[in-house]
Amino acid sequence: MGTITFLIIFPMIIAFILLAAKNDKARDMIVYVATAVIAAGSIVAAFQFIRSSGEFFTFDGEIIGYVMMVVEAGLAIYIIITGIKHKKYLASLLAIVQTPLMIWFEMKHGHGIEVQYNMYVDKLSVIMILIIGIIGSLICVYALGYMKDFQHHHAGEKDRRPWFFFVMFLFLGAMVGLVTSNNMIWMYFFWEITSLSSFWLIGYTRTEEAINNSFRALIMNLLGGLGFVVGIIILGIVFGTIELSTMLVYGTIYGDLVAIPAAFFAFAGITKAAQMPFNSWLLGAMVAPTPTSALLHSSTMVKAGVFMIIKLSPVLGISNFAGIMVMMVGGITFLFASCAAISQNNAKRVLAYSTIANLGLIVACGGVGTAEAVWAGIMLIIFHAITKSLLFLCVGTAEHHIGSRMIEDMDGLFVKMPRLAMCMIIGIAGMFLAPFGMLISKWATMTSFVDSGNFLLVGIICFGSAVTAFYWVKWLGKLSAVVANETSIEYDVHKSEIFVHITLAVLTIIVCLIFPLISTYTLVPYLEGAFGGVAAGLLSSSNMIIMVIMLAVLVLLAAMFFGKSKKEQVPIYLAGVNTGDNRTYYGSMQKEVEFTLRNWHMESIFGEHKMNVIGDILTTAMLVIGIGYVIATLVSLLGGVA
Amino acid sequence: MVTRIIFIIAYLVLAPIIGCILAGLDRKMSARMQRRVGPPILQPYYDVRKLFEKEKQAPTRFQDFYIIVYLIFLIGAGAIFFGGGDLLLVIFTETIGAVFLIVAAYSSNSPYAEVGAERELLQMMAYEPMMLLTAIGFYMYHGSFTVNDLVSADNMAFLPMIGIFFGFIYILTIKFRKSPFDLSMSHHAHQELVRGVTTEFVGRTMGWIEISHWFENIFILGFIFLFFCNGTVWGYVIGAIVCIVAYFLEVFIDNCFARMKWQFAFKSAWIVAIVLGVVNVFVLQLMF
Repeated sequence: MGTITFLIIFPMIIAFILLAAKNDKARDMIVYVATAVIAAGSIVAAFQFIRSSGEFFTFDGEIIGYVMMVVEAGLAIYIIITGIKHKKYLASLLAIVQTPLMIWFEMKHGHGIEVQYNMYVDKLSVIMILIIGIIGSLICVYALGYMKDFQHHHAGEKDRRPWFFFVMFLFLGAMVGLVTSNNMIWMYFFWEITSLSSFWLIGYTRTEEAINNSFRALIMNLLGGLGFVVGIIILGIVFGTIELSTMLVYGTIYGDLVAIPAAFFAFAGITKAAQMPFNSWLLGAMVAPTPTSALLHSSTMVKAGVFMIIKLSPVLGISNFAGIMVMMVGGITFLFASCAAISQNNAKRVLAYSTIANLGLIVACGGVGTAEAVWAGIMLIIFHAITKSLLFLCVGTAEHHIGSRMIEDMDGLFVKMPRLAMCMIIGIAGMFLAPFGMLISKWATMTSFVDSGNFLLVGIICFGSAVTAFYWVKWLGKLSAVVANETSIEYDVHKSEIFVHITLAVLTIIVCLIFPLISTYTLVPYLEGAFGGVAAGLLSSSNMIIMVIMLAVLVLLAAMFFGKSKKEQVPIYLAGVNTGDNRTYYGSMQKEVEFTLRNWHMESIFGEHKMNVIGDILTTAMLVIGIGYVIATLVSLLGGVA
Repeated sequence: MVTRIIFIIAYLVLAPIIGCILAGLDRKMSARMQRRVGPPILQPYYDVRKLFEKEKQAPTRFQDFYIIVYLIFLIGAGAIFFGGGDLLLVIFTETIGAVFLIVAAYSSNSPYAEVGAERELLQMMAYEPMMLLTAIGFYMYHGSFTVNDLVSADNMAFLPMIGIFFGFIYILTIKFRKSPFDLSMSHHAHQELVRGVTTEFVGRTMGWIEISHWFENIFILGFIFLFFCNGTVWGYVIGAIVCIVAYFLEVFIDNCFARMKWQFAFKSAWIVAIVLGVVNVFVLQLMF
């Protein structure tokens, strides 16, 4: 227990210290030490709890509860004031509605409800803690170098880096709290802190665009927060509990009833996981410095949303309306976000759409709610956290060195920044290509969808994965193009950035190699606890072994042959008019013309706007029908009781 | 286990031979349809042998690596298939191969190769859903993804999966890179893209790519074979006959159509996959 408390409190203390540290050197030292401690702490926690089958902690909560309530009220007042100041009245309104509602519930009903366990740690929390502790820390280390460059590029503006690092560390602490809270009111508290932290991070640059986008994120997440509050109130009043574990136990007996609060919690999860129709906040988050995106996309924020859905998955499923709503929202988001990624040129937007799509897949897995689907969902969380943070951080470095985040400007990156390009290639391969992790999870997802009996999801994943391959390969192709007569410009990349890139790239490969072990020692025991057994639907061990062998072969071949060809190098074919440098040809009148190569975006078929409109309409319909049905059931139930 | 290994070895030895002969027959038949005599049946073999005698050249140092990965994984996909492995694994392994071929083309930074690579990518996106739906259809009908189980199944999957069957035949034209869908690399080098995705491969490299196509064609035909297995010899005979018929149907189509635009290739393949594939999956779900 001590380790967990430490992992929540320690980053928050560091956050306040960093707020005071104005000096670059001091900040570097504090961040290096603190991240090392957090990463080590998360590993210690993993070893501590890996053998246990889930532990619950009483953790006397009377005073803590009051402290949280005061902080919540303070934050609500802050939101109301800032909302009015920036004329974003909707944000203020949502804060005015939900916080008093929450405090009313805590005062009126909360005290009557006996909370046995406020916190718990099971294998899923251990996985999440490792992701937060290791990936999150690496991103903070990366941010040190990046933010120096960032400040350099934005010279003349006020240096707000202490604030930046304050929020980053606050975020990490809150995330650990979120994944270990059993008391839903506690979880809600951390949930709101992560919403606010992302609001601060997105608005970091204080430009008009940044402020607008940060408020959009805040409003959407407050809407989700409202769903959370409603869920807690229903859970508390109808079921007389505010414990997640108790709710899940009730779910095994009264599945249809528990689906009612579950639908509201899932709604909160859907907003946080940036599912359609709420995906625009995550795209808007791109205005922030890259470490923010990396943090939001990989180890925090959106992962809180999918964590919630995965946690709820035992009470979802095809048999109840909440489950159908969740799986369809996830599936539709996966398909249309993947399609929209094709039309994008901005690397960060491609990554954002890919995140939304992958989260969609995880949400759909949670909605399907079978042990196999959840296995696939958790695997997706793990692999996605590593590869996506790697890709974001690579794009961030590329942006600072080639001066653009457009994929079309990454011509010749393979020659200009070979090490960076290699890390990016590993990241991209990790996102969609067998035998890397994401593909393994997608495979498991596919089988579990087939078994779930929802043929629409089957169709969605078949088309979605074809589209996914398209946008990744065209980027991969761009990166691997060997453009003649370019020289390396990689000499002045910060050491901390290189360290993080390479660590994450190596981690991508290692996790793919040891994933059968991760499955056996964490996922399977967790699923046995949550679902009472894992059916035979998982990937067979022989297939897992083949995957691992394939990866080993790939790595070995790369070591043996990559760039070691002894063949004579000849100029490329340019219809016989290559001037000899492979970049120009003789045009008419013997004029030398340089050619450029551009990728395919298929705007007419996969236009971003079109995909978003279709996706938004379909998912909104699903949410309205789902929530409407749930409310109708609730009303008829309460009417029946009265 | 021993039979599996025998099958894999038989595949590794026989597939290029049969693939080569099929390619020869293809050229002969096409020639006859165009009132030409046509080359000898073994012409594809002579062509490849000649390619192996050429000088060793490449536009970049990295091409070889990509091509080696392409070959190993493409041939490996077939080996998994004939070793009785998982159909989805076969498809994914083949995809790795296909991706590396595309990357090899991109790596040269040649305009012709790059446009070919992008078109190849488009074709991949066009046929992939139907490939996956085919595997899923087999799973829903027979309850297994492994070729081993599908070959020894008791009932013929052809009728219940008739939509998927025709959908698969449709994308076969794309997979074999036949006209009207020979967008990425025409077998005839007189087109606007020169040789498309393979423009920058020469000599030995090109020879290996030709051989890999022979391997690929054989195990794709293997998918068709699976539709007819019903545990009796007759199932196998019918399957083999339909495979041959399907191959020559593709040659026939190749000769009857001019190339279509990419929009048509892509949209029609997806519509076919939705109408024949997804609907058939839905029907299978209702049945079982």
